[in-house]
Amino acid sequence: MKGLLEVEGLDVFLGGSHVLKGVSFAVLEGGVTALLGRNGVGKTTTIRAIMGLSDRHGRIRLGDADLTRERTDRIVRRGVGYVPEDRDVFTTLTVAENLRLAERNGSARYDLVYDLFPELRQRGGQRAGTLSGGQQQMLAIARALLNENRLLLIDEPTKGLAPLLVTEVAKALEKAAEITTVLLVEQNLGVVHRIADQVVVLDVGRVVHTGPAKEFLANPGLVHRYLGVSGAEAA
Amino acid sequence: MILARRIASIVVPVAVFGLLAFVPKLSVDIPRVFDGPLDTPGTLQILALCLLFGGVAMSYDLLFGYTGLLSFGHALYFAIGVYLTAIGLSKWEWSLAKTLLVVALVGLVTPLVLGTISLRVGGIAFAMVTLAFAQAGTVIVAKNPDGLTGAEEGVFLNVDPLPNFFVGVFNMKNLYWLALAYAAAVFFIVRWVTESSPGRVWQAIRENELRVQVLGLRPFSYKLTAFVIASFLATAGGVVYVIVIGGATPEVASANFTLSLLIMVVLGGAGLRWGALLGGILYTFLDQRLPALASSEQVQDLPSIFRTPLSEPLFVLGTLFILLVFFLPGGIAGVGRRGRRRGLRLLDEAVRPEGARGGVAEEAEAQV
Amino acid sequence: MSTWVLLTITGLGLGAMYFLIASGLSLIYGLMGVLNFAHGAFITVGAYASWYAQGKLGGIDSVPLRFVVAAIVGLAVGGMIAILTELVLIRPLYQRHIEQVLVTVGLGLALTALVAGIWTQTQQVYLTPTWLTETTGVFGASIPNDRFVEIAAAVVVLVGLLAFFRYTRYGLIVRAGVENRAMVMALGIDVRKAFTLVFALGGLAAALAGILSGVYFGGIDPARGTHLLIYAFIVVVIGGLGSILGSAAAAVIVGLTQQYANYYASSGVGDIAVILLLAAVLLVRPGGLSGAVAAH
Repeated sequence: MKGLLEVEGLDVFLGGSHVLKGVSFAVLEGGVTALLGRNGVGKTTTIRAIMGLSDRHGRIRLGDADLTRERTDRIVRRGVGYVPEDRDVFTTLTVAENLRLAERNGSARYDLVYDLFPELRQRGGQRAGTLSGGQQQMLAIARALLNENRLLLIDEPTKGLAPLLVTEVAKALEKAAEITTVLLVEQNLGVVHRIADQVVVLDVGRVVHTGPAKEFLANPGLVHRYLGVSGAEAA
Repeated sequence: MILARRIASIVVPVAVFGLLAFVPKLSVDIPRVFDGPLDTPGTLQILALCLLFGGVAMSYDLLFGYTGLLSFGHALYFAIGVYLTAIGLSKWEWSLAKTLLVVALVGLVTPLVLGTISLRVGGIAFAMVTLAFAQAGTVIVAKNPDGLTGAEEGVFLNVDPLPNFFVGVFNMKNLYWLALAYAAAVFFIVRWVTESSPGRVWQAIRENELRVQVLGLRPFSYKLTAFVIASFLATAGGVVYVIVIGGATPEVASANFTLSLLIMVVLGGAGLRWGALLGGILYTFLDQRLPALASSEQVQDLPSIFRTPLSEPLFVLGTLFILLVFFLPGGIAGVGRRGRRRGLRLLDEAVRPEGARGGVAEEAEAQV
Repeated sequence: MSTWVLLTITGLGLGAMYFLIASGLSLIYGLMGVLNFAHGAFITVGAYASWYAQGKLGGIDSVPLRFVVAAIVGLAVGGMIAILTELVLIRPLYQRHIEQVLVTVGLGLALTALVAGIWTQTQQVYLTPTWLTETTGVFGASIPNDRFVEIAAAVVVLVGLLAFFRYTRYGLIVRAGVENRAMVMALGIDVRKAFTLVFALGGLAAALAGILSGVYFGGIDPARGTHLLIYAFIVVVIGGLGSILGSAAAAVIVGLTQQYANYYASSGVGDIAVILLLAAVLLVRPGGLSGAVAAH
């Protein structure tokens, strides 16, 4: 089955080291694919490579379009939303300005975004730099949901968040998954269990396992081998 | 093999400088390139200046190419050498020995003080502070306190205290040898210093200052050492310059002059052993000879739209520099070396602003 | 007292010109990471283009009108040169910061030399409407009217820039880009268009400074741009790289310091005082007044 996003033989070199070695996988349309692996295996590097934020070799396809040689902004305009690992909201801009900046064409879905994150509407005039970590995360996700994107690339959205906020983010991700395809990097297996259909597991720069999420998570041996944790971590 | 390379790395430069020493004995005429044969005073003075600025360029390379410190104020130390020597000998009527001693002292203390202040900041701010301090020099020279600096006119050098063999047109060959000795000295000093262990730290600083700190070394003292040595060498160059030229002029204290040094280093290849020397020689040669080219028949016959730009050496040099940066950023000595801009790539750190440092951009040399 | 008033307003006039130059420099560096050494050439080109136009517009009888039309020409030329510079020299060197700086160094030298080659180093008399050379009495001091125009120009530009940042989309893009250029791209925005725009704005402001300097100093010469540029750099660093308001505050401080010190101490001391001020600011607060960019 052809995937919405197809990555073939992706090689990435960073500062002289060979970080991704021929990574290949597909993200099927309409689902949530979780990109898993221990720290440092190259998950974020993969996402950034797809986004065109680093030098890459290989082939990256979104639908019919070849993204391999394209500039970041052009990739995004094809309908890709991005939530970076460090959120990267613009701290000197207000919440509303952060959202406004993310508008791509006339059809920004403010209703959807404010429904999911009513706080953002309330805090519209507040400088994003004064938001809490959780609020910034909401803003970062809202930015990606604002437009009708075919694909969302989300990098560790629950990192460093308190359990209550993790639940909120998971709910938002569920909603996002209903309306678009998601490639999610996530360490929190509870969240993965809740929303992921497929998993792609990386280890030292290579893909070592792909398959249905439920199966993978139900296999403590696999989970331990590739993720170094014993059993599922509940959210 | 390593031993052979080590021997070669000493023998080759010695041979090169040795050969250059024979130039004043050659009665060779190179038409168009020089106005007279190699052993004539006019040509020898040009060659002396080429070697001299090659040396000064190497001193700048120590800062810029090896340690990654983008200074826009190197001219200041050169100017100190020039003006202090001229003023000491001519206006204050000191002996040569006393003058040299004072210049040496000032040439050590000034960069020590100014460097300590300037190195408080890095990158762009450092570049601007050095520019500002050099501008202070320009202002002092222009202001002509007590009539010492002579403002526009400069200072005519009183040659009485100088040893006879440096005086007079027919002794130009001795001045040539003086300049050659200076260039050779700078070459070997810079080489020795960069290959010693402080030198390696400088290169490490250029690559990644944070890593150096993590290793328990304090970058500041290393940077300051490089700064002082480079500035002192430039001051020494200033002394040689004023003897070769016979006077001090405000040009040497101008911002343009530091920019010229920058061009010389990039032209030759930053951080590469022979690069700065080659760049200095070539740049000086062009700077000296372009006006002659401009007044030649061929150029005078051109329509003014071509003639006017070609008559301005800085226009030609500036344009050539732009082309160089585009097509040959590694400089002449960098031709054929792997890695597009070997000497320059790491200097990006010196000028990269915060905006490029945002989380999303950390590692990326994004292909845009 | 009246001397003090004269010094203050003259200092503000000088500061106004510094601000016009510094704002462009600060924006270009803050957004693009380019230390634009060609900015001085933009100043010079703007000044000479307007002066040249002044000579060619002899058909216009009214001197003020001639002045204004020539000024518009100067602005247009300055803006165009800046845009060309960005498109031809800067854009192809994207991400190669040190080469971008070097290329502007070369361009600055070449353009200034070209101007000097065509029109020589001698100062050219700059046509000035009579009203600007007359004086107005303020608190007992006779202030040359041109000072008011310079200050007004700087205020207009400052307000215009702030409005641009606050209310326009490109202003939003520039503000975000100064903070994190790559993330702006990651939102699907081609930030390079903002680069060209910022260069154009810088060029226009620099050309305006060149034109006003012709009035302020009574003439223009090829070294004018380079000379003003150095002090503009100092203003940018004192104000904080990438901050318009910082540049404005710093420009006022630097202009006033120069005037007061040059008068109350002696000529030339003002310039040194400014340099010492820079050193002092950097020792205490390396990020400049606005602290916008931390020192590395």
